[in-house]
Amino acid sequence: MKILILGAGQVGSTVAESLVSEANDITVVDSDGDKLRVLQDRLDLRTLTGNAAHPSTLEQAGIADTDILLAVTQSDEVNLVACKLAASLYNTPTRIARIRSADYLARSEVFNADNFCVDFSICPEQILTEYITKLIEFPEALQVLEFADGKASLVAVRAFEGGPLVGKPLSFLRTHMPQVETRVAAIFRKDRSLIPKGDTVVEDGDEIFFIAATGNIRSVLSEMRRMDKPAKRVMIVGGGNIGRRLAKALERDYQVKLIEHNKKSCEKLAGELANTLVLYGDGTDEKLMQQEHVGDVDVFCALTNDDENNIMSSLLAKQGGARKVIALINRSAYVGLVQGGKIDIALSPAYVTIGSLLAYVRQGDVAVVHSLRRGAAEALELVAHGDRQSSRVVGRRIDEIDLPEGATIGAVVRGDQVIMGHRDVSIEAEDHVIVFVINKAMVRKIEKLFQVSIGFF
Amino acid sequence: MHRALTVIHALGLMLVVFSAAYVIPVTTSLIYGDRTMLLDFLLAMAWTFAAGVLMWLLTRRHKGELSIRHGYLLVVAMWMAMPAFATIPLLMMLPGLSFTDAYFETMSGLSTTGATVLTGLDTLPPAINVWRHELQWLGGLGIIVLAVAVLPLLGIGGRQLFKAEMPGPMKSAGLTPRIADTARNLWVVYVAITLVCIGALKWAGMGWLDAVCHGFSAMGLGGFSTHDDSVGYFNSPLIEFVLIVFMLFAVINFATHFLAWHGKTLGIYWHDTEAKAAIGLILVSCFGIAVFLWWNGTYPEFLTALRHASFNVVSIGASSGFASVDYGKWPIFAPMWMLFVGCIAASSGSTGGGIKMIRTLVLVKQAGREFLKLLHPSVVNPMKIGGQVIPNSIVFAVLGFIFLYFMTIATLTFVLLISGMDFISAFSAVVACVNNFGPGLGAVGPASNYQGLNDFQTWICTFAMLVGRLEIFTVLILFTPHFWRR
Repeated sequence: MKILILGAGQVGSTVAESLVSEANDITVVDSDGDKLRVLQDRLDLRTLTGNAAHPSTLEQAGIADTDILLAVTQSDEVNLVACKLAASLYNTPTRIARIRSADYLARSEVFNADNFCVDFSICPEQILTEYITKLIEFPEALQVLEFADGKASLVAVRAFEGGPLVGKPLSFLRTHMPQVETRVAAIFRKDRSLIPKGDTVVEDGDEIFFIAATGNIRSVLSEMRRMDKPAKRVMIVGGGNIGRRLAKALERDYQVKLIEHNKKSCEKLAGELANTLVLYGDGTDEKLMQQEHVGDVDVFCALTNDDENNIMSSLLAKQGGARKVIALINRSAYVGLVQGGKIDIALSPAYVTIGSLLAYVRQGDVAVVHSLRRGAAEALELVAHGDRQSSRVVGRRIDEIDLPEGATIGAVVRGDQVIMGHRDVSIEAEDHVIVFVINKAMVRKIEKLFQVSIGFF
Repeated sequence: MHRALTVIHALGLMLVVFSAAYVIPVTTSLIYGDRTMLLDFLLAMAWTFAAGVLMWLLTRRHKGELSIRHGYLLVVAMWMAMPAFATIPLLMMLPGLSFTDAYFETMSGLSTTGATVLTGLDTLPPAINVWRHELQWLGGLGIIVLAVAVLPLLGIGGRQLFKAEMPGPMKSAGLTPRIADTARNLWVVYVAITLVCIGALKWAGMGWLDAVCHGFSAMGLGGFSTHDDSVGYFNSPLIEFVLIVFMLFAVINFATHFLAWHGKTLGIYWHDTEAKAAIGLILVSCFGIAVFLWWNGTYPEFLTALRHASFNVVSIGASSGFASVDYGKWPIFAPMWMLFVGCIAASSGSTGGGIKMIRTLVLVKQAGREFLKLLHPSVVNPMKIGGQVIPNSIVFAVLGFIFLYFMTIATLTFVLLISGMDFISAFSAVVACVNNFGPGLGAVGPASNYQGLNDFQTWICTFAMLVGRLEIFTVLILFTPHFWRR
């Protein structure tokens, strides 16, 4: 596939990186030549320096035969114009734009074919905000990923001494809580994956991925570890795009304190937020933290755009007694360093948000993609189409499907019903199938499996 | 000096506009076939018109753009000249009336205070009564706002004049791109609601004359009545109810009325924090005072207590000044609370007087901010009212206003005490005049009026009304040395 990416920022380069390995022709356009050079040194793609909203730049970048346009520059307006031009002048089939401003998002007709011709709009900050909101809702979980419009969720949790399941085989789950349907999709022990079987014994410190209907998350979590009280007090450091959105999303249900080091931004934030206590100061200032009782904080989120500051302030908060600390870390090398240490969750924004882009780029009817474990693993929601003749999944029982080793069907969502992926379930047409893949290399095979072939036999 | 001539030039033009106001009493005297009054009013009209034209012509070479400071000068000069010219028919009609008292009466009218030095209101010629009430109505939204509306080519800093006359810390000057349109729209809404009010009063049982007069004074939140017994004369719960409704209308910012009318939606009122607070405070006070009066036995029946409490609390709370009973005889808590509500309840941009609810809200929130600042020294909490951030400069302006407001009341009370008045009368007279609601307590209570005051005391009260109507700064700025420095 020919893919044109506009903007080589965080989002653009991560998308490029993850798509380049999937045998696509990729061109990246940015106005900053230095960024492009860095990208080209690492990856096998074409780059072009220029204004992404100018037809001449687009033409040079080969928009005429591009299959997918990804407009992910910093500017909403450039992205909108690029999509409009691509549609009107070059008939580009698929146009995806990154739109940050809630003003545009509030008026969905801005994106339709009469106006800016955006097929899909994504807002990384919003995705990240929702992601963190889930983590605050379930403070015990490491990751909560939604499928099928939130009907089913994939949850990552670290097993701790005190959970009834720890030290017992997985089959114990069924006998211990027969009324709750869940399925363990993967277990990672000391960074190595185990294929979960009925006799696999859960150990203290295991990272467990399980799938359950969203309403059952809490009861399954309680099997893996002792549960704490629900979070009430949240402290956020950094009032940028993410911190602001998060505070806005949380301020009604939680007591939110937001620390920001820029006075002007503080005033703007304080004007915009209704119930959040906006504090002017440095997120790494331990005096300020003590003064604001960091020890009583249930969830501490360091969300500035400075990795080092985020790590430091999270460490300080943890030392000061914060129950759970989350640090936003852009550099993937750092993520591995700190995750699982004193910092409970190291968030890599690129991997959190890339899934939503990938879903549009993938072949077959892929509804949702979640990138896991820094891009190494993936969870996909695929829609099964066709019939027993044209499809290799429809009309078959799960144990009849030719899944590659390391891929598991976690659950099937049929209408409003969430069915766990037991071996005797058969797939019907239009089912949403949630597949967990421990190695990304298998994704292509899974996609192929779900494609409807014409005249298959 | 020639700048002062520029002010006089504009003043002349405004007086010409003002002389048009005599059309209504002239029409009234025509309807009632009162030839003497017709002549008096035509003469007064001619005088005002001639004086205006003369001032305008003599200074026509000094026509020019007015600076900010001359805008203030013009507004104050106009507000002193208008009552003076408006006394002409009163002096001609009532030979016994001194200029001091006549000036007090017209100032009371224009400033929408509603205090009167006249008795025997019932026997006054209809034209005189209409004239008194029309003054209140004109003064309600502001004669200069009207001038800005009808004279877009006046060539004088319209926006500046608008700001100097319109009450409230944040002027609703931004409704439309052009200030003349804004002023015109506000007046259109004002006229429309007044016509509805007059119709409703007629329907409720008043005669046409009474309906027109009370419609004028209710919408202007003035408080003049055509009867010595004020609204108590009618002794009709229906009339009282209609007046309550329209006084509550008038206590809301007319910009909000305009937006509601323009957008054909009532949701606007819900978003007007100031209006909600004002109406809420007044309604709670009505109910509270009704319970209080019933509980301590002033009125044995709760419904009677509720009726009288509602009308008088709304009247004083909205800074109108009608009375249906002698509330001066109620236990002191009730009238004092009414005075207090009257000081703070009216919205900015309404026709009411006093501190204005928005300033009260700013002060309350400022106190809250100080508390939060003590608990969280690093907190950043801008002043927010109805989700809107209020800049600190406005907060300071409000604090300055409050200081001047209380200093004005204290100083004028002391002056009246020196002149020999008793404390309750002096204090309540000053409060009633500065806040433009009219009747005070004691010697100036609802059962009596300001007739008993000597000339000096009358002038002090007149000054208090002017200062209160123009919200202190506009008047007192003329007394600062900086104003006169070049």
